[in-house]
Amino acid sequence: MPERIDYWGIPDAWGSPQWWVYGVMGLSAMWLLIRLYLQARLWWQVGRPEVRWDGIDVRIGLVVKYAIVQTRILTQKYPGVMHVAIAWSFFMFFMGTALATIDSHFIAFLRGNVYLLYKLVLDSFALLFVIGAAMAAYRRLVLRPSRLTARPAFTWSIVALTLIVLGGLLTESLRLAVERPAWEWWSPVGALIATVWISTGVSDATLMQWHLGVWLFHLALVSVVLITLPVGTLLHVLTGPLNVFFSKIDTPKGRLAPIPGAAAGTPIYAGTLHGLSWKQLLDGNACTECGRCQDACPAYASGMPLSPKQVILDIRDALRAHGHRLPGTDADWLLLAGGIIKGDTLWSCTTCGACIQECPVLIEHIDAIVDMRRYLVAEGQLDGQLQEALANLGRYGNSFGQAERARARWTQALDPKIKDARREPVEYLWFVGDYASYSPALTGVTLKTAQVLQKAGLDFGILYDGERNAGNDARRAGEEGLYEMLAEKNAAALGHCTYEKIITSDPHSYNTLRNEYSFISNGRHPILHTAELLDQLISSGALNLRGNLGYKVTYHDPCYLGRYNGIYEAPRRVIRATGCEIVEMPRHGNRAACCGAGGGRIWMKEGEVRERPSESRVQEAVTLPGVDSMVVACPKDVSMFRDAVKTTGNEERLVVRDLAELVHAAL
Amino acid sequence: MGADAYVVIEHLRGQVADISYVMLAAARELVQGSGGKVVAILLGHKAKDLSTDLSADEVLYVEHADLQDFIPDAYQAVLLPLIKQNQPRVVLLGNTTIGADIAGGLSVALDLPLVSSCRQLMSDGKFVCQICGGKILAEGNLPEPATLVTMTPGVHRSDDGKAAAPPHVTDVQPPALEALRTHLSKYIEPEAADVDISKEPVLISVGRGIQNKDNVELAEDLAKALGGVVTASRPVIDQSWLATSRLVGKSGKHVKPKLYLAIGISGAPEHVEAITDSETIIAINQDPAAPIFDLAKYGVEIDMFELIEVLTAKVKAARGA
Amino acid sequence: MNIAVVAKLVPDLVEELSIDASGAKLDTSFARFIVSESDDHAIEEGILLKERFGGQVTIIAPDDEGIDDVMYTAAAKGADRLMKLKGISAAEMSSHALARAFADVVSELKPDLVLAGVQAHNDLDGSVGSLLAGFLGMPYVGYVSGISMQDGQATVRKEYPAGLIAELQVTPPAVVGIQAAEQPPRYVAVSKVRQAMKSSTIEERALTVVEAPAAQHIDRMFKPEPAQHATMLAGTPDEIASKLVEILREIGVI
Repeated sequence: MPERIDYWGIPDAWGSPQWWVYGVMGLSAMWLLIRLYLQARLWWQVGRPEVRWDGIDVRIGLVVKYAIVQTRILTQKYPGVMHVAIAWSFFMFFMGTALATIDSHFIAFLRGNVYLLYKLVLDSFALLFVIGAAMAAYRRLVLRPSRLTARPAFTWSIVALTLIVLGGLLTESLRLAVERPAWEWWSPVGALIATVWISTGVSDATLMQWHLGVWLFHLALVSVVLITLPVGTLLHVLTGPLNVFFSKIDTPKGRLAPIPGAAAGTPIYAGTLHGLSWKQLLDGNACTECGRCQDACPAYASGMPLSPKQVILDIRDALRAHGHRLPGTDADWLLLAGGIIKGDTLWSCTTCGACIQECPVLIEHIDAIVDMRRYLVAEGQLDGQLQEALANLGRYGNSFGQAERARARWTQALDPKIKDARREPVEYLWFVGDYASYSPALTGVTLKTAQVLQKAGLDFGILYDGERNAGNDARRAGEEGLYEMLAEKNAAALGHCTYEKIITSDPHSYNTLRNEYSFISNGRHPILHTAELLDQLISSGALNLRGNLGYKVTYHDPCYLGRYNGIYEAPRRVIRATGCEIVEMPRHGNRAACCGAGGGRIWMKEGEVRERPSESRVQEAVTLPGVDSMVVACPKDVSMFRDAVKTTGNEERLVVRDLAELVHAAL
Repeated sequence: MGADAYVVIEHLRGQVADISYVMLAAARELVQGSGGKVVAILLGHKAKDLSTDLSADEVLYVEHADLQDFIPDAYQAVLLPLIKQNQPRVVLLGNTTIGADIAGGLSVALDLPLVSSCRQLMSDGKFVCQICGGKILAEGNLPEPATLVTMTPGVHRSDDGKAAAPPHVTDVQPPALEALRTHLSKYIEPEAADVDISKEPVLISVGRGIQNKDNVELAEDLAKALGGVVTASRPVIDQSWLATSRLVGKSGKHVKPKLYLAIGISGAPEHVEAITDSETIIAINQDPAAPIFDLAKYGVEIDMFELIEVLTAKVKAARGA
Repeated sequence: MNIAVVAKLVPDLVEELSIDASGAKLDTSFARFIVSESDDHAIEEGILLKERFGGQVTIIAPDDEGIDDVMYTAAAKGADRLMKLKGISAAEMSSHALARAFADVVSELKPDLVLAGVQAHNDLDGSVGSLLAGFLGMPYVGYVSGISMQDGQATVRKEYPAGLIAELQVTPPAVVGIQAAEQPPRYVAVSKVRQAMKSSTIEERALTVVEAPAAQHIDRMFKPEPAQHATMLAGTPDEIASKLVEILREIGVI
């Protein structure tokens, strides 16, 4: 009768094995918990408070999705399969041990077919684990991808875990070699190994000795791994799911939190560890050093001094090294922003969102970077060009330093005149945006956009010189006060207007209007990007296109339209409706590579780069056979990519077209 | 009531400044109507020889060791009794680091009106001054019976202020110059310039529109292709994107090249006054209303970044051919 | 060290300027007013001096619309006292009248140094700083781009053309006309300015209005009619570049 035997083959000469096991495991667990607590309490002792306890049910759902099923990790095939093989196996082993404990003390249900199934499943997962571990060893020691940190601690972890699993298999195999039950092949791997022992011809007594030895080794190793968990690379096993549990819910990706304490008049700036929230410090400890964020970062790829992975690890290391000093002591060496993490590093970020999309444990890199930028801005530590742009935004409401009255100069060529939304009610209020209004190189695109809207018979108007920069990039550059001021002015201007919907061709304005301007984000006035609008107009028949342009094009998903706001299909439908064929770049959709202008970078000095993000993107586009045009849906993209086409010498090869220009040509 | 036009001569380390001749020419114009004399006032130490080419009816020379270099207090102490005693119609001072330092103090001490930033004097007693970066001109009649005027280069030519024959010089005794609260301790020379831009025939000059230090390289490439040198207006130098030796303007150098290519320079008066002697000025600017286009022979209204590299390539090709 | 900085607002040249109906004054109804650039440098230099040598910085300016923001920004940088002169308008008054108004207030403060921008672009009768020195009976040095203090003496760096600097020793109290501060005016985050609005107060001094309108000796203001205009080249960048090469050949540069 197949059944599980507790502590088979373990002598009770020195007392009951049960008490030894529970004793050792208990002590190890306690040691683990104490060390964990000592590490974890730094989060809330050093970091500032933040509320992340709402929506428990949603949070649990996130843990299931990201920490158990591990969907993020599976987005890359090799490491994905490798990691779930290791992780799911251990989930199974954990469950197996839990079931064994229930069987041992409460209901003895591991008997008969239940027991056989139990053994089969565990053995299979043990094999799966070994495959996963082999994949991991091969990856880390032979393939050596650059995004991984090459430290012995990682090798020790996988070796330890493998030895634990092998220990379990060997113990089982030795028992099977002695017992040789009829159902031994329900533990296929164990039984296979058992044949080796049997073939040695040693006595049962020797096998029992070996069994005890391996069993003790297995127990000791598990104990060691538990004790070293808080300081080793396996800490993520606990902090990862914890981090997922406490991640942002109910907040759209494109909405930043205001400066903590600002409303009360005591703003907290993240200059030192004390200015970061406990969650941001947890981020540091949750990082598995996988480097996916670094691989996805356009700044890192272009040679700028930013690695999102390194920023998070710097926070972790700073907390480890200095966190034990409580607040009130000399804060100088705790200086993060501009100190441990250099100003140039923080200023290199384009806020494109690729890093937060890749992270398997849902670390929020961008929030930390923006928080630290806020400190630098408050201290006046920003380069002259950015200073000038921000000063211009403050004084003139646009980064070009031109008068407000010049904002609508681009409309002079139009007949009939565009309605002034401040003076008469309109159905669609077109928020034009700085670049589309002021940049001379983009006037043509803006005019064509207007003509398309007019052709569609839309009732629309603009704010003329009542419009101000929406503030998306000022906010992400860390000038929160300036963002608030711009938002106030825009809100005041919009408050006097009568309109139903807002449209804009600028994804940055779109993002902040939709997600951060509360009177819009509460849904009262839907906001559409021109891509969405054109899609609607075309499918409803309000806009008739000839549909025979016949170009072979590729489409670049703007960061603030795609990754941040999930609009991928609408612009593609529009492109197809003009009669063009779309060939996708390798990095497309939510993997699209940023042009490098966001986060205020378009206002900053460039510094030394290996290859600009925009140039890298153009090079990607020209590899597509037969494609002679890149279609974009953002004014800054038009500007960045047209420059990059020139600097990479591709003027004859690739034409950059705005979506509205394409539609205009197809009218 | 006086009818004479007094001109306070500006000089630095043995050289008479150009503005002095401009003022002498303006004074000459004025006295046609007032019927007085053009009197140059020269303060200095062993500097009488500087008067030899001044186009004045008379030169009043004040000699004192403390007048070797320009000290605002000292000049004011000397000029005050001189002007009070002689009661000229106008006293012309440069709108410069010398003249503008003393004009205000003299105006208050003498209780005389002050007309500043004047670019033209006319024989009927009218003046024209420029304000708001040269965008606005203001016209009026010189206040009576006497007034101080600070002048900028503009209408009057310095050649018209130079004389073929040396004028008559009268020595004037200075008042006691103790109790001066300002002293010169030393001059600090600018960093050794790799090049003297006032002697270069081809200048590629950049202004605020170049946007950042990295872009200056584009101008360097063009300059190299043309065999010229890169210079700049004040905003570029203030940001340290180029050395001070490359500054063209009122506080920099006056240049007289064969070609002055002004890229992203709006044409403010302080800059323009230093380039009027250029043979050919070509201006590239995005703003069609930029004052530089009123001075340049050829102009291009374009975003400079669309043109520079194309131009550099074509120049290289033309030279290589 | 007691430092007083006098500042004023001037029309922003970014906007299009126009002449009013009288034909003799600027039309200020639509003009935006911003702090005069060299006054902004004077404020910055004052703060720098305080940071280096200690003391107090007082900012004094006429009460024109928009001056509050300038004051609070100065406070956010570290200015200690802010003073608005009511009944005085920089837009309406001559430099002489302004200087006379400043003189009374400044002398009360008994400053060691008075800093002013070396000139404002709309000055018609001289710069406020040099006139103020006259009214206060203090020495004046203008076109200064650096100040340091030693043993009660101020050492100023006076700019001459072509990069030459003269180092002058001045015995305080003195007025200094600032051309440029030792570093460009620093950026102050909007939130800090807003904070200063709450924590700082601007003292107000009412002065009797002095009859001295600006532009007293001006009969007419007008925009210059250029005698000539450049021959404009048009076309694609490629075409323009070709035309330029031709011109450069003609004049003998190529």
